Amino acid sequence: MDFHWLSSFYGELVRGIGLTMQLLLISGFFGFLLAVGVALGRLSKFAVLANGLRFYTSVLRGTPLLVQIYILYYGVGSVFASFPLIRGSMLWPYLREGFWYVAFALTLSVSAYVGEVLRGGLRAVPRGELEAARAYGMRPWLVLRRVWMPRALQMLRPTLAGESVMLLKATALASTVAVTDLLGAANLVRAQTLRVYEPLLVVAVIYIILAIIIEQGFARIGKTPQRQA
Amino acid sequence: MKKTLLVTLQACLLAGIASTAMAADKLVFGIALEPYPPFSFKSGKGEWSGFEPEMITAVCERMKADCSLNEMSWDGLIPALKSQQVDVVLNSLSITPERQQVIDFTQPYFFTRALWIGDRNLELDPTPAGLKGKIIGVQGSTTHAAFVKKYYGETSTIRYYNDQDDILSDLRSGRVDIMLADQLVVEPLLDNPDNSMLASKGVAPLDPLFGDGVGAGVRKGNDALRERLNVALQSLRDDGSYEKIRQRYFKTDISAL
Repeated sequence: MDFHWLSSFYGELVRGIGLTMQLLLISGFFGFLLAVGVALGRLSKFAVLANGLRFYTSVLRGTPLLVQIYILYYGVGSVFASFPLIRGSMLWPYLREGFWYVAFALTLSVSAYVGEVLRGGLRAVPRGELEAARAYGMRPWLVLRRVWMPRALQMLRPTLAGESVMLLKATALASTVAVTDLLGAANLVRAQTLRVYEPLLVVAVIYIILAIIIEQGFARIGKTPQRQA
Repeated sequence: MKKTLLVTLQACLLAGIASTAMAADKLVFGIALEPYPPFSFKSGKGEWSGFEPEMITAVCERMKADCSLNEMSWDGLIPALKSQQVDVVLNSLSITPERQQVIDFTQPYFFTRALWIGDRNLELDPTPAGLKGKIIGVQGSTTHAAFVKKYYGETSTIRYYNDQDDILSDLRSGRVDIMLADQLVVEPLLDNPDNSMLASKGVAPLDPLFGDGVGAGVRKGNDALRERLNVALQSLRDDGSYEKIRQRYFKTDISAL
Protein backbone atom coordinates (compact mmCIF):
# COMPACT_ATOMS: atom_id res chain seq x y z
CA MET A 1 0.00 0.00 0.00
CA ASP A 2 1.39 3.32 -1.02
CA PHE A 3 -0.50 6.59 -0.76
CA HIS A 4 2.25 9.03 -1.71
CA TRP A 5 0.37 9.90 -4.88
CA LEU A 6 -2.29 11.64 -2.75
CA SER A 7 -0.16 14.78 -2.53
CA SER A 8 0.26 15.18 -6.31
CA PHE A 9 -3.30 14.18 -7.24
CA TYR A 10 -5.03 15.92 -4.35
CA GLY A 11 -6.43 18.65 -6.64
CA GLU A 12 -7.90 16.15 -9.09
CA LEU A 13 -9.62 14.22 -6.29
CA VAL A 14 -11.12 17.35 -4.74
CA ARG A 15 -12.35 18.55 -8.13
CA GLY A 16 -13.71 15.04 -8.71
CA ILE A 17 -15.71 15.16 -5.48
CA GLY A 18 -17.01 18.58 -6.54
CA LEU A 19 -18.17 17.28 -9.93
CA THR A 20 -19.79 14.20 -8.39
CA MET A 21 -21.66 16.40 -5.88
CA GLN A 22 -22.78 18.78 -8.64
CA LEU A 23 -24.12 15.88 -10.71
CA LEU A 24 -25.90 14.51 -7.65
CA LEU A 25 -27.51 17.81 -6.63
CA ILE A 26 -28.46 19.03 -10.11
CA SER A 27 -29.99 15.76 -11.27
CA GLY A 28 -31.50 15.07 -7.84
CA PHE A 29 -33.25 18.47 -7.73
CA PHE A 30 -34.53 18.65 -11.30
CA GLY A 31 -35.22 14.93 -11.38
CA PHE A 32 -37.43 15.22 -8.32
CA LEU A 33 -39.40 18.13 -9.80
CA LEU A 34 -40.00 16.10 -12.96
CA ALA A 35 -40.85 13.04 -10.86
CA VAL A 36 -43.69 14.94 -9.14
CA GLY A 37 -45.08 15.72 -12.60
CA VAL A 38 -44.66 12.11 -13.71
CA ALA A 39 -46.36 10.75 -10.58
CA LEU A 40 -49.32 13.13 -10.81
CA GLY A 41 -49.64 12.50 -14.55
CA ARG A 42 -49.66 8.76 -13.99
CA LEU A 43 -52.51 9.21 -11.47
CA SER A 44 -54.43 11.55 -13.75
CA LYS A 45 -57.83 10.71 -15.16
CA PHE A 46 -56.68 11.57 -18.69
CA ALA A 47 -55.84 8.21 -20.23
CA VAL A 48 -53.56 9.69 -22.90
CA LEU A 49 -51.41 11.43 -20.29
CA ALA A 50 -51.34 8.47 -17.91
CA ASN A 51 -50.50 5.95 -20.64
CA GLY A 52 -47.96 8.25 -22.28
CA LEU A 53 -46.14 8.62 -18.98
CA ARG A 54 -46.32 4.89 -18.37
CA PHE A 55 -44.55 4.40 -21.69
CA TYR A 56 -41.98 7.09 -20.75
CA THR A 57 -41.26 5.34 -17.46
CA SER A 58 -40.97 1.92 -19.11
CA VAL A 59 -38.52 3.19 -21.71
CA LEU A 60 -36.29 4.98 -19.21
CA ARG A 61 -36.35 2.17 -16.69
CA GLY A 62 -35.93 -0.46 -19.37
CA THR A 63 -32.69 0.80 -20.93
CA PRO A 64 -29.30 0.81 -19.21
CA LEU A 65 -28.28 4.25 -17.99
CA LEU A 66 -24.93 3.84 -19.73
CA VAL A 67 -26.71 3.31 -23.06
CA GLN A 68 -28.76 6.46 -22.45
CA ILE A 69 -25.61 8.47 -21.69
CA TYR A 70 -23.90 7.18 -24.84
CA ILE A 71 -26.95 7.94 -26.99
CA LEU A 72 -27.11 11.48 -25.62
CA TYR A 73 -23.38 12.20 -25.69
CA TYR A 74 -22.17 10.45 -28.84
CA GLY A 75 -25.52 10.53 -30.68
CA VAL A 76 -27.41 13.72 -29.90
CA GLY A 77 -24.23 15.58 -29.00
CA SER A 78 -22.62 14.85 -32.36
CA VAL A 79 -25.78 15.92 -34.18
CA PHE A 80 -25.61 19.25 -32.33
CA ALA A 81 -21.97 19.59 -33.34
CA SER A 82 -22.77 19.19 -37.04
CA PHE A 83 -24.88 22.38 -37.07
CA PRO A 84 -22.64 25.47 -37.31
CA LEU A 85 -25.52 27.52 -35.90
CA ILE A 86 -25.44 25.54 -32.66
CA ARG A 87 -21.66 25.40 -32.62
CA GLY A 88 -21.48 29.17 -32.87
CA SER A 89 -24.21 29.79 -30.32
CA MET A 90 -23.91 30.95 -26.72
CA LEU A 91 -25.06 27.52 -25.52
CA TRP A 92 -22.20 25.66 -27.17
CA PRO A 93 -19.79 25.95 -24.20
CA TYR A 94 -22.40 23.93 -22.27
CA LEU A 95 -23.44 21.62 -25.11
CA ARG A 96 -19.84 20.56 -25.72
CA GLU A 97 -19.39 19.44 -22.11
CA GLY A 98 -19.97 15.76 -21.30
CA PHE A 99 -21.08 16.93 -17.86
CA TRP A 100 -24.41 18.34 -19.04
CA TYR A 101 -25.26 15.21 -21.03
CA VAL A 102 -24.68 13.08 -17.95
CA ALA A 103 -26.65 15.51 -15.77
CA PHE A 104 -29.53 15.38 -18.27
CA ALA A 105 -29.50 11.58 -18.50
CA LEU A 106 -29.44 11.27 -14.70
CA THR A 107 -32.30 13.78 -14.36
CA LEU A 108 -34.47 11.75 -16.73
CA SER A 109 -33.56 8.57 -14.92
CA VAL A 110 -34.49 10.04 -11.53
CA SER A 111 -37.77 11.34 -12.94
CA ALA A 112 -38.73 7.82 -14.06
CA TYR A 113 -37.64 5.88 -10.98
CA VAL A 114 -38.70 8.39 -8.34
CA GLY A 115 -41.87 9.14 -10.32
CA GLU A 116 -42.97 5.53 -9.87
CA VAL A 117 -42.01 5.58 -6.19
CA LEU A 118 -43.96 8.80 -5.64
CA ARG A 119 -46.99 7.42 -7.44
CA GLY A 120 -47.03 4.50 -5.02
CA GLY A 121 -46.61 6.83 -2.05
CA LEU A 122 -49.37 9.17 -3.17
CA ARG A 123 -51.76 6.27 -3.60
CA ALA A 124 -50.96 5.00 -0.13
CA VAL A 125 -52.18 8.17 1.61
CA PRO A 126 -55.54 7.27 3.22
CA ARG A 127 -58.49 8.70 1.26
CA GLY A 128 -60.08 9.90 4.50
CA GLU A 129 -57.26 12.39 5.09
CA LEU A 130 -57.69 13.87 1.64
CA GLU A 131 -61.46 14.05 2.08
CA ALA A 132 -60.98 15.77 5.42
CA ALA A 133 -58.65 18.31 3.80
CA ARG A 134 -61.21 18.96 1.09
CA ALA A 135 -63.92 19.29 3.71
CA TYR A 136 -61.91 22.13 5.21
CA GLY A 137 -62.39 23.87 1.88
CA MET A 138 -58.87 23.37 0.52
CA ARG A 139 -58.41 23.67 -3.24
CA PRO A 140 -56.76 20.64 -4.95
CA TRP A 141 -53.39 22.43 -5.16
CA LEU A 142 -53.47 23.24 -1.46
CA VAL A 143 -54.49 19.65 -0.60
CA LEU A 144 -51.49 18.43 -2.58
CA ARG A 145 -49.11 20.89 -0.95
CA ARG A 146 -50.30 20.68 2.65
CA VAL A 147 -51.55 17.11 3.04
CA TRP A 148 -51.14 14.71 0.13
CA MET A 149 -47.47 15.28 -0.78
CA PRO A 150 -46.13 15.73 2.78
CA ARG A 151 -47.85 12.53 3.92
CA ALA A 152 -46.55 10.59 0.92
CA LEU A 153 -43.00 11.93 1.32
CA GLN A 154 -42.98 11.05 4.99
CA MET A 155 -43.89 7.46 4.21
CA LEU A 156 -41.37 7.29 1.39
CA ARG A 157 -38.42 8.74 3.28
CA PRO A 158 -36.39 5.51 3.51
CA THR A 159 -37.08 4.70 -0.15
CA LEU A 160 -36.09 8.19 -1.27
CA ALA A 161 -32.88 7.95 0.77
CA GLY A 162 -32.13 4.70 -1.06
CA GLU A 163 -32.87 6.27 -4.44
CA SER A 164 -30.50 9.14 -3.61
CA VAL A 165 -27.70 6.75 -2.75
CA MET A 166 -28.37 4.91 -6.02
CA LEU A 167 -28.13 8.25 -7.82
CA LEU A 168 -24.80 8.98 -6.12
CA LYS A 169 -23.42 5.70 -7.41
CA ALA A 170 -24.89 6.24 -10.87
CA THR A 171 -22.91 9.49 -11.22
CA ALA A 172 -19.78 7.33 -11.56
CA LEU A 173 -20.87 6.61 -15.15
CA ALA A 174 -19.82 10.19 -15.97
CA SER A 175 -16.22 8.99 -16.11
CA THR A 176 -17.05 7.08 -19.31
CA VAL A 177 -17.54 10.29 -21.31
CA ALA A 178 -14.32 12.01 -20.26
CA VAL A 179 -15.80 13.81 -17.24
CA THR A 180 -13.24 13.66 -14.44
CA ASP A 181 -15.65 12.96 -11.58
CA LEU A 182 -14.55 11.08 -8.48
CA LEU A 183 -14.13 7.77 -10.32
CA GLY A 184 -12.58 9.58 -13.28
CA ALA A 185 -9.99 11.06 -10.92
CA ALA A 186 -9.23 7.60 -9.54
CA ASN A 187 -8.82 6.23 -13.05
CA LEU A 188 -6.43 9.07 -13.84
CA VAL A 189 -4.34 8.27 -10.77
CA ARG A 190 -4.35 4.60 -11.72
CA ALA A 191 -3.22 5.38 -15.22
CA GLN A 192 -0.49 7.80 -14.21
CA THR A 193 0.95 6.05 -11.16
CA LEU A 194 0.35 2.43 -12.23
CA ARG A 195 -1.09 1.80 -8.77
CA VAL A 196 -4.20 -0.33 -9.10
CA TYR A 197 -5.89 -0.70 -5.74
CA GLU A 198 -5.04 2.33 -3.63
CA PRO A 199 -6.86 4.97 -5.74
CA LEU A 200 -9.93 2.73 -6.00
CA LEU A 201 -9.93 2.14 -2.25
CA VAL A 202 -9.68 5.88 -1.59
CA VAL A 203 -12.64 6.72 -3.82
CA ALA A 204 -14.65 3.79 -2.46
CA VAL A 205 -14.22 5.24 1.02
CA ILE A 206 -15.23 8.71 -0.23
CA TYR A 207 -18.37 7.26 -1.88
CA ILE A 208 -19.26 5.49 1.37
CA ILE A 209 -18.83 8.71 3.36
CA LEU A 210 -21.05 10.59 0.89
CA ALA A 211 -23.66 7.80 1.08
CA ILE A 212 -23.68 7.95 4.88
CA ILE A 213 -24.12 11.73 4.76
CA ILE A 214 -27.12 11.28 2.45
CA GLU A 215 -28.68 8.61 4.67
CA GLN A 216 -28.15 10.69 7.81
CA GLY A 217 -29.52 13.76 6.06
CA PHE A 218 -32.71 11.94 5.11
CA ALA A 219 -33.04 10.51 8.62
CA ARG A 220 -32.93 14.00 10.10
CA ILE A 221 -35.08 16.12 7.79
CA GLY A 222 -38.82 16.21 8.31
CA LYS A 223 -38.60 14.01 11.37
CA THR A 224 -42.16 14.36 12.61
CA PRO A 225 -43.11 11.52 14.89
CA GLN A 226 -45.93 9.34 13.64
CA ARG A 227 -48.96 10.35 15.65
CA GLN A 228 -50.91 7.58 17.25
CA ALA A 229 -54.53 7.70 16.21
CA MET B 1 13.95 -49.61 -0.66
CA LYS B 2 15.91 -46.52 0.14
CA LYS B 3 17.47 -46.64 -3.28
CA THR B 4 14.18 -46.89 -5.15
CA LEU B 5 12.91 -43.93 -3.19
CA LEU B 6 15.97 -41.92 -4.16
CA VAL B 7 15.59 -42.84 -7.80
CA THR B 8 11.93 -41.93 -7.78
CA LEU B 9 12.79 -38.65 -6.14
CA GLN B 10 15.43 -37.99 -8.77
CA ALA B 11 13.03 -38.82 -11.55
CA CYS B 12 10.47 -36.48 -10.08
CA LEU B 13 13.04 -33.71 -9.78
CA LEU B 14 14.19 -34.18 -13.35
CA ALA B 15 10.62 -34.19 -14.60
CA GLY B 16 10.04 -31.04 -12.60
CA ILE B 17 13.02 -29.29 -14.17
CA ALA B 18 12.01 -30.44 -17.63
CA SER B 19 8.47 -29.14 -17.19
CA THR B 20 9.64 -25.74 -15.94
CA ALA B 21 11.99 -25.51 -18.89
CA MET B 22 9.11 -26.22 -21.22
CA ALA B 23 6.84 -23.83 -19.38
CA ALA B 24 9.46 -21.10 -19.77
CA ASP B 25 9.20 -21.48 -23.50
CA LYS B 26 5.52 -20.74 -23.45
CA LEU B 27 5.32 -16.96 -23.44
CA VAL B 28 2.18 -14.88 -23.11
CA PHE B 29 2.25 -11.43 -24.68
CA GLY B 30 -0.21 -8.82 -23.47
CA ILE B 31 -1.83 -6.71 -26.18
CA ALA B 32 -4.30 -3.82 -25.90
CA LEU B 33 -7.71 -4.27 -27.50
CA GLU B 34 -8.07 -0.59 -28.36
CA PRO B 35 -7.20 -0.22 -32.06
CA TYR B 36 -3.90 1.61 -32.41
CA PRO B 37 -3.01 1.46 -36.10
CA PRO B 38 -0.50 1.02 -37.57
CA PHE B 39 1.07 -0.44 -34.41
CA SER B 40 -1.59 -2.94 -33.47
CA PHE B 41 -5.15 -3.44 -34.67
CA LYS B 42 -7.49 -6.24 -35.56
CA SER B 43 -8.30 -6.83 -39.20
CA GLY B 44 -11.89 -7.22 -40.34
CA LYS B 45 -11.55 -10.98 -39.90
CA GLY B 46 -10.55 -10.56 -36.26
CA GLU B 47 -6.86 -11.35 -36.78
CA TRP B 48 -4.20 -9.19 -35.23
CA SER B 49 -2.10 -7.18 -37.61
CA GLY B 50 0.20 -4.19 -37.43
CA PHE B 51 3.82 -3.47 -36.68
CA GLU B 52 3.80 -4.91 -33.17
CA PRO B 53 1.96 -8.21 -33.74
CA GLU B 54 4.46 -8.82 -36.57
CA MET B 55 7.35 -7.94 -34.29
CA ILE B 56 5.99 -10.34 -31.66
CA THR B 57 5.84 -13.15 -34.24
CA ALA B 58 9.36 -12.37 -35.46
CA VAL B 59 10.81 -12.15 -31.95
CA CYS B 60 9.18 -15.45 -30.98
CA GLU B 61 10.60 -17.15 -34.06
CA ARG B 62 14.07 -15.97 -33.08
CA MET B 63 13.63 -17.13 -29.49
CA LYS B 64 12.04 -20.43 -30.62
CA ALA B 65 9.30 -19.78 -28.09
CA ASP B 66 5.67 -20.79 -28.17
CA CYS B 67 3.89 -17.45 -27.90
CA SER B 68 0.27 -16.54 -27.40
CA LEU B 69 -1.54 -13.20 -27.13
CA ASN B 70 -3.65 -12.16 -24.18
CA GLU B 71 -6.00 -9.31 -25.07
CA MET B 72 -6.96 -6.67 -22.53
CA SER B 73 -7.52 -2.95 -22.15
CA TRP B 74 -4.47 -0.74 -22.56
CA ASP B 75 -4.36 0.45 -18.97
CA GLY B 76 -4.57 -3.13 -17.74
CA LEU B 77 -1.33 -4.19 -19.45
CA ILE B 78 1.15 -3.31 -16.70
CA PRO B 79 -1.08 -4.65 -13.88
CA ALA B 80 -1.43 -7.90 -15.90
CA LEU B 81 2.34 -8.08 -16.23
CA LYS B 82 2.81 -7.55 -12.50
CA SER B 83 0.21 -10.16 -11.58
CA GLN B 84 1.79 -12.79 -13.90
CA GLN B 85 -1.12 -12.95 -16.32
CA VAL B 86 1.26 -12.06 -19.14
CA ASP B 87 5.03 -12.35 -19.50
CA VAL B 88 5.84 -9.64 -22.02
CA VAL B 89 4.19 -6.41 -23.16
CA LEU B 90 5.42 -5.42 -26.58
CA ASN B 91 2.76 -2.81 -27.26
CA SER B 92 3.89 0.80 -27.68
CA LEU B 93 5.06 1.12 -24.09
CA SER B 94 7.38 4.13 -23.80
CA ILE B 95 10.29 3.66 -21.43
CA THR B 96 9.63 6.14 -18.62
CA PRO B 97 11.11 6.41 -15.10
CA GLU B 98 7.66 5.79 -13.53
CA ARG B 99 7.16 2.57 -15.45
CA GLN B 100 10.75 1.49 -14.78
CA GLN B 101 9.92 1.53 -11.09
CA VAL B 102 7.39 -1.25 -11.57
CA ILE B 103 8.61 -3.19 -14.63
CA ASP B 104 11.85 -3.74 -16.59
CA PHE B 105 12.34 -2.84 -20.24
CA THR B 106 14.30 -4.28 -23.15
CA GLN B 107 16.28 -2.05 -25.47
CA PRO B 108 14.01 0.36 -27.37
CA TYR B 109 12.66 -1.07 -30.62
CA PHE B 110 11.34 2.22 -31.94
CA PHE B 111 11.24 5.94 -31.22
CA THR B 112 8.42 8.38 -31.80
CA ARG B 113 7.49 12.01 -31.13
CA ALA B 114 4.24 13.52 -29.88
CA LEU B 115 2.12 15.56 -32.29
CA TRP B 116 -0.55 18.21 -31.69
CA ILE B 117 -3.70 17.90 -33.79
CA GLY B 118 -6.41 20.54 -34.05
CA ASP B 119 -9.05 22.10 -36.29
CA ARG B 120 -7.54 22.99 -39.68
CA ASN B 121 -9.10 26.46 -39.63
CA LEU B 122 -8.10 27.44 -36.12
CA GLU B 123 -4.85 29.20 -35.31
CA LEU B 124 -3.57 27.26 -32.32
CA ASP B 125 -0.20 27.87 -30.72
CA PRO B 126 0.56 24.69 -28.76
CA THR B 127 2.46 26.38 -25.94
CA PRO B 128 1.03 26.61 -22.41
CA ALA B 129 0.33 30.32 -23.01
CA GLY B 130 -1.22 29.70 -26.43
CA LEU B 131 -3.56 26.99 -25.14
CA LYS B 132 -4.69 28.92 -22.08
CA GLY B 133 -8.36 28.18 -21.40
CA LYS B 134 -8.52 25.59 -24.20
CA ILE B 135 -9.58 21.98 -23.83
CA ILE B 136 -6.85 19.41 -24.47
CA GLY B 137 -7.69 15.77 -25.13
CA VAL B 138 -5.23 12.96 -24.33
CA GLN B 139 -5.36 9.22 -23.77
CA GLY B 140 -5.28 8.58 -20.02
CA SER B 141 -2.41 6.23 -19.35
CA THR B 142 0.09 7.63 -21.84
CA THR B 143 3.24 9.70 -21.62
CA HIS B 144 1.26 12.40 -23.46
CA ALA B 145 -1.11 12.64 -20.50
CA ALA B 146 1.80 13.02 -18.07
CA PHE B 147 3.32 15.75 -20.28
CA VAL B 148 0.08 17.69 -20.67
CA LYS B 149 -0.76 17.41 -16.97
CA LYS B 150 2.63 18.83 -15.97
CA TYR B 151 2.90 21.77 -18.37
CA TYR B 152 -0.73 22.58 -19.22
CA GLY B 153 -2.63 21.36 -16.14
CA GLU B 154 -2.79 24.78 -14.49
CA THR B 155 -3.97 26.84 -17.44
CA SER B 156 -5.91 24.50 -19.72
CA THR B 157 -8.70 21.97 -19.20
CA ILE B 158 -7.53 18.40 -19.79
CA ARG B 159 -9.88 15.62 -20.88
CA TYR B 160 -8.63 12.09 -20.31
CA TYR B 161 -9.92 9.41 -22.67
CA ASN B 162 -9.59 5.64 -22.72
CA ASP B 163 -9.55 5.37 -26.45
CA GLN B 164 -7.87 7.46 -29.10
CA ASP B 165 -10.85 7.14 -31.46
CA ASP B 166 -13.02 8.88 -28.86
CA ILE B 167 -10.64 11.85 -28.73
CA LEU B 168 -10.66 12.15 -32.51
CA SER B 169 -14.46 11.97 -32.54
CA ASP B 170 -14.72 14.69 -29.89
CA LEU B 171 -12.07 16.76 -31.70
CA ARG B 172 -14.10 16.59 -34.93
CA SER B 173 -17.27 17.61 -33.11
CA GLY B 174 -15.46 20.48 -31.41
CA ARG B 175 -15.74 19.24 -27.84
CA VAL B 176 -11.97 19.23 -27.57
CA ASP B 177 -9.85 22.03 -29.03
CA ILE B 178 -6.60 20.16 -29.52
CA MET B 179 -5.18 16.70 -28.91
CA LEU B 180 -1.70 15.38 -28.21
CA ALA B 181 -0.92 11.91 -29.51
CA ASP B 182 1.72 9.67 -31.01
CA GLN B 183 2.94 11.18 -34.27
CA LEU B 184 3.37 7.81 -35.97
CA VAL B 185 -0.21 6.90 -35.10
CA VAL B 186 -2.14 10.09 -35.79
CA GLU B 187 -0.29 11.45 -38.80
CA PRO B 188 -1.58 8.69 -41.13
CA LEU B 189 -5.09 9.19 -39.71
CA LEU B 190 -5.06 12.79 -40.99
CA ASP B 191 -5.24 11.43 -44.56
CA ASN B 192 -8.56 9.80 -43.71
CA PRO B 193 -11.39 11.83 -45.36
CA ASP B 194 -13.32 11.81 -42.06
CA ASN B 195 -10.54 13.88 -40.56
CA SER B 196 -10.25 16.40 -43.39
CA MET B 197 -11.09 19.26 -41.01
CA LEU B 198 -8.12 18.38 -38.80
CA ALA B 199 -4.48 19.32 -39.26
CA SER B 200 -1.14 19.05 -37.51
CA LYS B 201 -0.35 21.87 -35.10
CA GLY B 202 3.28 20.93 -34.67
CA VAL B 203 5.45 18.39 -32.88
CA ALA B 204 5.77 18.68 -29.10
CA PRO B 205 9.28 19.43 -27.82
CA LEU B 206 11.46 16.59 -26.53
CA ASP B 207 10.88 16.02 -22.84
CA PRO B 208 12.00 13.41 -20.31
CA LEU B 209 8.31 12.77 -19.59
CA PHE B 210 7.94 11.25 -23.06
CA GLY B 211 10.45 8.60 -22.05
CA ASP B 212 13.39 7.16 -23.83
CA GLY B 213 12.06 5.23 -26.78
CA VAL B 214 9.62 2.34 -26.76
CA GLY B 215 10.65 -1.06 -25.42
CA ALA B 216 9.14 -4.38 -24.50
CA GLY B 217 8.22 -4.65 -20.82
CA VAL B 218 8.89 -7.69 -18.62
CA ARG B 219 8.34 -8.33 -14.93
CA LYS B 220 10.87 -6.74 -12.63
CA GLY B 221 13.86 -9.02 -12.12
CA ASN B 222 13.03 -11.32 -15.03
CA ASP B 223 16.49 -10.68 -16.48
CA ALA B 224 16.72 -13.99 -18.34
CA LEU B 225 13.66 -13.22 -20.45
CA ARG B 226 14.72 -9.59 -20.92
CA GLU B 227 18.11 -10.74 -22.22
CA ARG B 228 16.52 -13.27 -24.59
CA LEU B 229 14.26 -10.55 -25.96
CA ASN B 230 17.20 -8.17 -26.32
CA VAL B 231 19.17 -10.75 -28.27
CA ALA B 232 16.19 -11.48 -30.51
CA LEU B 233 15.50 -7.79 -31.13
CA GLN B 234 19.15 -7.15 -31.93
CA SER B 235 19.34 -10.07 -34.37
CA LEU B 236 16.19 -8.80 -36.13
CA ARG B 237 17.86 -5.42 -36.51
CA ASP B 238 21.18 -6.90 -37.66
CA ASP B 239 19.86 -9.08 -40.47
CA GLY B 240 17.41 -6.51 -41.84
CA SER B 241 14.20 -8.30 -40.79
CA TYR B 242 13.26 -5.35 -38.58
CA GLU B 243 13.69 -2.99 -41.52
CA LYS B 244 11.43 -5.18 -43.70
CA ILE B 245 8.62 -5.19 -41.14
CA ARG B 246 9.06 -1.47 -40.52
CA GLN B 247 8.72 -0.62 -44.21
CA ARG B 248 5.35 -2.34 -44.38
CA TYR B 249 3.89 0.14 -41.87
CA PHE B 250 5.98 3.31 -41.80
CA LYS B 251 7.46 5.53 -44.47
CA THR B 252 10.18 6.91 -42.22
CA ASP B 253 12.92 5.31 -40.16
CA ILE B 254 11.71 4.80 -36.61
CA SER B 255 14.71 2.93 -35.22
CA ALA B 256 16.26 6.15 -33.89
CA LEU B 257 15.15 9.70 -33.12
